[in-house]
Amino acid sequence: MSLRIQLWIDDRAVSVPAGSNVAAAMLSLGGAHRSVHGEPRAPVCGMGVCWECRVWLDGIETRGCLLSAADGMRVRTDG
Amino acid sequence: MAELRIAIIGGGPAGLAAAATAVDQGARVTLIDESSRLGGQIWRPHLEKAPAAARPWLRRLRRPNVEVRSATQVINADVEAGTLATRGGSLHFDRLILATGARELLLPFPGWTLPGVTGAGGLQALVHGGFDVSGRRTVVAGSGPLLLQVAHSLKRHGARVVRVAEQAPWPRLLRFGRHLGGRRLRQALGLATRRFRTSSWPLAAHGRDRVEAVTLRRSGRSETLRCDALAVGFGLVPNLELPRLLGCREHAGGVWVDEHQRTSVAQVYAAGELTGICGAEGALVEGASAAHHATRTAIPPELLAARERERRFGQALARSFQLRDELRQLANAHTLVCRCEDVPKAALDPQPDWRSAKLHTRCGMGACQGRICGAAAEVLFGWQTSGSRPPLAPVPISRLIASSQEPCSFSTTVKGVNP
Repeated sequence: MSLRIQLWIDDRAVSVPAGSNVAAAMLSLGGAHRSVHGEPRAPVCGMGVCWECRVWLDGIETRGCLLSAADGMRVRTDG
Repeated sequence: MAELRIAIIGGGPAGLAAAATAVDQGARVTLIDESSRLGGQIWRPHLEKAPAAARPWLRRLRRPNVEVRSATQVINADVEAGTLATRGGSLHFDRLILATGARELLLPFPGWTLPGVTGAGGLQALVHGGFDVSGRRTVVAGSGPLLLQVAHSLKRHGARVVRVAEQAPWPRLLRFGRHLGGRRLRQALGLATRRFRTSSWPLAAHGRDRVEAVTLRRSGRSETLRCDALAVGFGLVPNLELPRLLGCREHAGGVWVDEHQRTSVAQVYAAGELTGICGAEGALVEGASAAHHATRTAIPPELLAARERERRFGQALARSFQLRDELRQLANAHTLVCRCEDVPKAALDPQPDWRSAKLHTRCGMGACQGRICGAAAEVLFGWQTSGSRPPLAPVPISRLIASSQEPCSFSTTVKGVNP
């Protein structure tokens, strides 16, 4: 059993294996964010193209699939 | 004489082979990749552990003359000045090798924006990134050899793959199988599953807040399957943003290159899926060839021969998995084509071209800058998507200001940010 870590996406806690990226954690939550017209959305391409895993970490915009998840990390999907 | 500085963009098979070859020839190499771990999409690490195929190449890069800049996004390049700008700073090069690979072609169909609908390779990438697919009823659909590979990988991670739907007809796949021959055919047969169907494609995904079922077309009928995950990819398209920024000439299917992997822009090479989709083995060959020529060493004849073989494989791939016309009709008036700006197909129908669509509907103007909907619009409407401009990714304004003090400046171009 691999070590697990916990992070927060918009104040929702999610647990993933150590070494995961943030997009994988977002998909585990089902719909992780809303589109410009308020539809539920989740990560799609997994490889840095679609930006559906866009998050803000410490005020900096980044793609969740390119961001390693860390224990205790807090990201927001709404800037 | 000063050491030759070679910058390589992209850390998949083509970029790794280029880096390993260039450093063997005495060059100083900078390898830049967006991900935090090298390997590209095909050799994507699973929870940060590199697959066996990638390891020998990664070992060859542990040399003093190789600098790896992971998690680094190129935002601008100036070939005449020999400079690259990244989010973290700029660097100089004498030769540039582009190995930016490919992404999946995603086509809109009703319900494709529901959470749980992903790319096919996309779902595999997310599983490698730590998403737990075990016990999930999964449908894999779309086109290409990747589908079976993805289904196989998902099953190994515990998914219940209930259907693999390939849009191409069975006779084409048989011909492709004959072309594969030997080792590759055995590999393909090893992935075979009784869930596999040909001439089958998704008509609609259903669900309220996430995907709950999918309706697939099959032999003139349709079948609706309950699922928790729907992984759909219609083949691969090259990542052309950087070569377009540099003005590299294109030909059908990718960046035009000569037999030495030179693009139409002096000192710029391209290798791998970028020059036309033909798989990882072709990418390794092209990456090594580009590095040989860039370091002024002759490309070994066996590499040239292998390149021809892999190009023929790529042509067979394109012929066999050619997309059927029905796929252009999947989206209805309300189906969103641009996911970033929520632009429905009905808004695009009256538009004459891509540029007009961008100006009047904001299609392709959102976060992904048309990376998903642009490729879809090419298939749906036959539009030519336009060239790219810097910055190639969103960048803090402070970084833009800083870069105006650096050799690779935005000062002349930043005001022209899209369209």
